[in-house]
Amino acid sequence: MNLKLKIWRQKDTQNRGKFVNYELRDISPDSSFLEMLDILNEQLVTRNEEPVVFDDDCREGICGACGMYINGHPHGPDTLITVCQLHMRKFKNGDTIVIEPWRARAFPMIKDLMVDRSAFDTLIQEGGYVSVNTGSAPDANNIPIKKEFAELSMDAAACIGCGACVAACKNASAMLFVGAKVSHLSLLPQGKVEARERVKRLVAMMDKLGFGNCTNTGACEAECPKGINMTNIARLNREYYKAAF
Amino acid sequence: MVKLHSRIPEGPIAEKWSSYISNQNLVNPANKRKLDIIIVGTGLAGASAAASLAEMGFKVKAFCYQDSPRRAHSISAQGGINAAKNYQNDGDSIYRLFFDTVKGGDYRSREANVYRLAEVSNQIIDQCVAQGVPFAREYGGTLDNRSFGGALVSRTFYARGQTGQQLLLGAYQALSRQIKKGNVEMYPRMEMYNMVMVDGKARGIIGRDAITGKLERFSAHAVVLATGGYGNVFFLSTMAMGANASAIWQCYKKGALFGNPCFVQIHPTCIPVHGDYQSKLTLMSESLRNDGRIWVPNKKEDAERLQKGEISGVDIPEEDRDYYLERRYPAFGNLVPRDVASRAAKERCDAGYGVNSSGLAVFLDFKDAIERLGKDVIKAKYGNLFQMYEKISDDNPYEVPMMIYPAIHYTMGGIWVDYELHTTIPGLFATGESNFSDHGANRLGASALMQGLADGYFVLPYTIQNYLADEINTPRFATDIPEFDAAEKEVTEQLEKLMAIKGGQTVDTLHKRLGKIMWDYVGMARNKEGLVKAREEIIKLKEEFWSDVKITGELDDLNPELQKASRLADFLELGELMAMDALNREESCGGHFREEFQTEEGEALRNDKDFTYVAAWEFKGPEKDPVLHQEPLNFEYIEVKQRNYK
Repeated sequence: MNLKLKIWRQKDTQNRGKFVNYELRDISPDSSFLEMLDILNEQLVTRNEEPVVFDDDCREGICGACGMYINGHPHGPDTLITVCQLHMRKFKNGDTIVIEPWRARAFPMIKDLMVDRSAFDTLIQEGGYVSVNTGSAPDANNIPIKKEFAELSMDAAACIGCGACVAACKNASAMLFVGAKVSHLSLLPQGKVEARERVKRLVAMMDKLGFGNCTNTGACEAECPKGINMTNIARLNREYYKAAF
Repeated sequence: MVKLHSRIPEGPIAEKWSSYISNQNLVNPANKRKLDIIIVGTGLAGASAAASLAEMGFKVKAFCYQDSPRRAHSISAQGGINAAKNYQNDGDSIYRLFFDTVKGGDYRSREANVYRLAEVSNQIIDQCVAQGVPFAREYGGTLDNRSFGGALVSRTFYARGQTGQQLLLGAYQALSRQIKKGNVEMYPRMEMYNMVMVDGKARGIIGRDAITGKLERFSAHAVVLATGGYGNVFFLSTMAMGANASAIWQCYKKGALFGNPCFVQIHPTCIPVHGDYQSKLTLMSESLRNDGRIWVPNKKEDAERLQKGEISGVDIPEEDRDYYLERRYPAFGNLVPRDVASRAAKERCDAGYGVNSSGLAVFLDFKDAIERLGKDVIKAKYGNLFQMYEKISDDNPYEVPMMIYPAIHYTMGGIWVDYELHTTIPGLFATGESNFSDHGANRLGASALMQGLADGYFVLPYTIQNYLADEINTPRFATDIPEFDAAEKEVTEQLEKLMAIKGGQTVDTLHKRLGKIMWDYVGMARNKEGLVKAREEIIKLKEEFWSDVKITGELDDLNPELQKASRLADFLELGELMAMDALNREESCGGHFREEFQTEEGEALRNDKDFTYVAAWEFKGPEKDPVLHQEPLNFEYIEVKQRNYK
């Protein structure tokens, strides 16, 4: 297939960015979206131009490194999928594809399609864990956990930290990311011990880092490549109220 | 001359580790905070080691090339983690896990290390549950297990098809807690380019900031490698795009011996290659072999029609299917170890029975399992894997059988370490997949997660103290000393040399050519002639790389092409060593299959008399051949036999 690409190019934060047009020919519909960008980059390097910079690593949809807007959608037109798992068969011959980086105050620009998502790490450092040292754990079967709660916890823990929820949100809110972590841990007996402290600290840090507020539009859930559900935001609110009293 | 001491403690095998812990040197709490440890890599081994050492009171500097420690490639492990809990009451024990692992590794691993691995496996599960890892559970609330290849018991703990992700997040969260406490300084997007030695000891690293392109110096009292495997030497593998061998390779060139470089695992169930633009291969978890049945047509004309796309798998009646693993290995069936399953698939495809357009694929079929258990049960067990398969291949595996083919997946070889995970360089340790590890010539499924976490949570935090106890009088030191100057200069010169080539071929073009040489001659089946040829071709390709590689951009800038080129320079040298090691090992064992050495039925034929040893290679200089050292392997607790999965 033949494609027209409009890609955001920006050298760094000091320089203004702009869309640059590229044309690609004979792309296989079976290639992945990032393989299509690889082909473009090979051509750019051959022409002595700088390749388009983007984050990626596992290319299996699990590390959360890749992420970009494609035609206005985080991770592109397909659902429940990251960019690296998106395949060109989802596009048509002759399509124009617009590619942009995540845009959120809490994710500063680095270069082209690459942004700095370390705010997510800062959030986890603020309390997204169970305070247990190596070696002090009781036998794994000592505390039975209801299957239903283990499953709900796993649903939330499936978050890959890609930032699509923030990118999709008109307020650049991190409520789905934080809600997923609060849910993952507060649903388990091991995580309940610190649940109150955790939720208060995470919410305070979320505000401090410049993420916006949640207005329940649901864009985050719609674009989440792992299908993290908005009930996790409801659970975050509930946990927060519980912690306040 | 290097001397290999495995430093295995005296005494019966079941008491070695406890007696080691009771008698080793420890560092007192006041001294721990005066000691710095560098940990390179934040996968399961690196993150768990960083967290555990920081909890103990040491000051840790942790490094990863990704933008966050949470993205290390351990996250992609799907199926599960083994432990000898015997929760299923099916006769499992520490001894049985030890036995299965040594046998699965085709009797090329160290007994004492493997026993310790089996011993601490149970603590790992306890630790992970305490951290909040949401393992799968039964309705009664206890932990669930599933079976994996090479075992007759169900000892694999899992979190859907995302076990690696959940275990890594557990370790990452423990690491995050220590970062917040100030016990760990975390350096993401900082890749190790050189190791610095002072007075014969590992004392620091040179890192390159991927964003600014600047080189930076870091000093410490010990350096721990947790940098994963080197499967990307093949270009196409299930490894992450950025996974590389540069850190271990720099250490090898500084004197750390490299163990069993030719031991590479080829995983039987990956999505087949579909085009020359392909950037990586995707694994379909081994857990699928619990319920999926592997087959090809038993009539060649059916295979040919499948290859032409005239019919699909569902059109072939039951009596015309050859479930070749069940036929050849009735006892283990579809759950034979990975090396056996991979070779069997290659054998059928080479004989002309492959089922896709390239003829390089076999079916993995869930029809019977869906009929027996229902679609909902299959969906609950493997839903995310089925979804991933459908997104990549555009086929619905609930309706038509999956197509799979073997791919490079894991490297059992790595930096040689003793019982203490100490390399041949004092103060330099290697953990997880980066060491030559406990898996011998073949790793069993769900054992990589076990080994990474065993090393990081429970082994290294003890053994490193035996070394650090003698370092308590070494004060923290600045990096403006000649040793750091020299190490940094080496890196600068190498990078400047690369930038100055300004040739005509892109890095990926050359990397793909290396991958093809490796896959054709140092892949699933090897022979003397091919290995000799591989070495010659790699040497030629290396010359071509150093005279014709094309790198755009600037040295002191975010420059992915330079990053890839620097990694490829190391892969080219490592590929040559792998060919040499495979040539030296005149036997077939585990993942290393030499066509000259096989039984009449085509099974791997070991030569225990001459090759029951670890091949540890010593670097002797850029233009010189490395020197082979042998660490003999003694089996006192397990009788060495021909592996039999029939």
